[in-house]
Amino acid sequence: MAESPFKADIERVQKEYSEKMTPGAIAVIPGSSVINKTGSWRVFMPEFNRDKCVRCYLCYIYCPEPAIYLDEENYPVFDYDYCKGCGVCANECPTDAIIMVRETK
Amino acid sequence: MPIRKVMKANEAAAWAAKLAKPKVIAAFPITPSTLVPEKISEFVADGELDAEFIKVESEHSAISACVGASAAGVRTFTATASQGLALMHEILFIAAGMRLPIVIAVGNRALSAPINIWNDWQDTISERDTGWLQFYAENNQEALDLILIAYKVAENEKVLLPAMVGFDAFILTHTVEPVEIPDQELVDEFLGEYEPKYAYLDPARPVTQGTLAFPAHYMEARYTVWEANENARKVIDEAFAEFEKKFGRKYQKIEEYRTDDAEIIFVTMGSLAGTVKEYVDHLREQGIKVGVAKMTVYRPFPIEEVRALAKKAKVLALLEKNVTFSVGGALFQDFSRALINESEKPKIVDFILGLGGRDVTFKDLDEALAIAQKALNGEAVDEVNWIGLRKEIL
Ligand code: SF4
Ligand code: SF4
Repeated sequence: MAESPFKADIERVQKEYSEKMTPGAIAVIPGSSVINKTGSWRVFMPEFNRDKCVRCYLCYIYCPEPAIYLDEENYPVFDYDYCKGCGVCANECPTDAIIMVRETK
Repeated sequence: MPIRKVMKANEAAAWAAKLAKPKVIAAFPITPSTLVPEKISEFVADGELDAEFIKVESEHSAISACVGASAAGVRTFTATASQGLALMHEILFIAAGMRLPIVIAVGNRALSAPINIWNDWQDTISERDTGWLQFYAENNQEALDLILIAYKVAENEKVLLPAMVGFDAFILTHTVEPVEIPDQELVDEFLGEYEPKYAYLDPARPVTQGTLAFPAHYMEARYTVWEANENARKVIDEAFAEFEKKFGRKYQKIEEYRTDDAEIIFVTMGSLAGTVKEYVDHLREQGIKVGVAKMTVYRPFPIEEVRALAKKAKVLALLEKNVTFSVGGALFQDFSRALINESEKPKIVDFILGLGGRDVTFKDLDEALAIAQKALNGEAVDEVNWIGLRKEIL
């Protein structure tokens, strides 16, 4: 995986958070959402079948996170660091290109 | 020159808001506070107040809009009462936790059910654990003054907490009294422009407000709200002193009246303090040694002042228009906390009265006095007493 473009920010956020509480718990350096991986509590994960996908982008539009990006050929790509497994994408997909499967380690 | 106008407390609150020059006012009408946003919307429409007046569809939205505006870095104001304040409840915690110095004017009104639009203090008392500062006005002048003072304290860098100013439904909100409107220049000097140090939006300084805090940081964040409340004690005294110097009206966290040689001191808040002062004058004529202590500041709870007060009396008779079920009144809890470890302490007798706009008459106060006098003579009395209760219909 490529290194995060936010790496420097993340380190500063971690330092700032651990050392000093600001009034109102304001995160004074942006980027905290990059270190808080909200995909960690997922139970089901979307599994993608590229052959069935018609690139309608309903999943892309409806993902509440949004954890769906598009690749060079404009097919959806799922970011499992932030996908919370809500299943909205699978429900919206008109061709069943996305199915939700129980996640196992 | 300050001008004197005859007005209701609701108008006084609107005038206070006008003088404080908030940039955003968001409000939803609710009895008995409706006139506050109405009057402010007039000021805005007439170009007398340069502010954004946001009409919202509920109090939850009103306070949310204030949180957003305050987080963006401007002075904000709203007004509400009763169920409206209760509807704001969850956002009140957020405003305090985010350390946003919003000011709310509250026309203290009873909570449902049954539906009741008249006065008691259950609405603001129920919000005592949100972190907000709380002031209570005895009359319309105090409603105006305390809102200005509330801004001064709330915006202090050592405090940065929201504040609510309560004034009794109908008894004050809809009753006219002469009110002195201070000079705008003096108010400007007193308050200054609000210059947020932490909570503001600036594209050149991106920050995240209203953050998520994991267990590793939540307690510390809550502690800073605690600390800010502690700091507010001194800041309030300073604000009162400065206000007196500028405007000539003196405020104290606990205002005492004829307490110096009192054996029984009635403790109360809001407009009831005025009634009880009259009552005490009346008793003094009969040689009965009684006094009154009025709580102008309820949060932060003035523990030191309560301890000093307790040294003066043999009995503290708390007169409260609120109930903390199975305990008594909120003041009863707070006074108990302040005095529990004192080596010498007076008897504390709690009286619940005047709920839902029930008039508090001298006859009711006689009833309370008789119980307080029994306690003074060492006789056993109930800790909590409902005064003026119509037992015949129970
Ligand atoms: S499961 Fe939910 S969060 Fe995950 S990609 Fe689909 S819509 Fe987005
Ligand atoms: S909704 Fe289904 S078909 Fe449409 S882009 Fe997403 S995966 Fe492809």
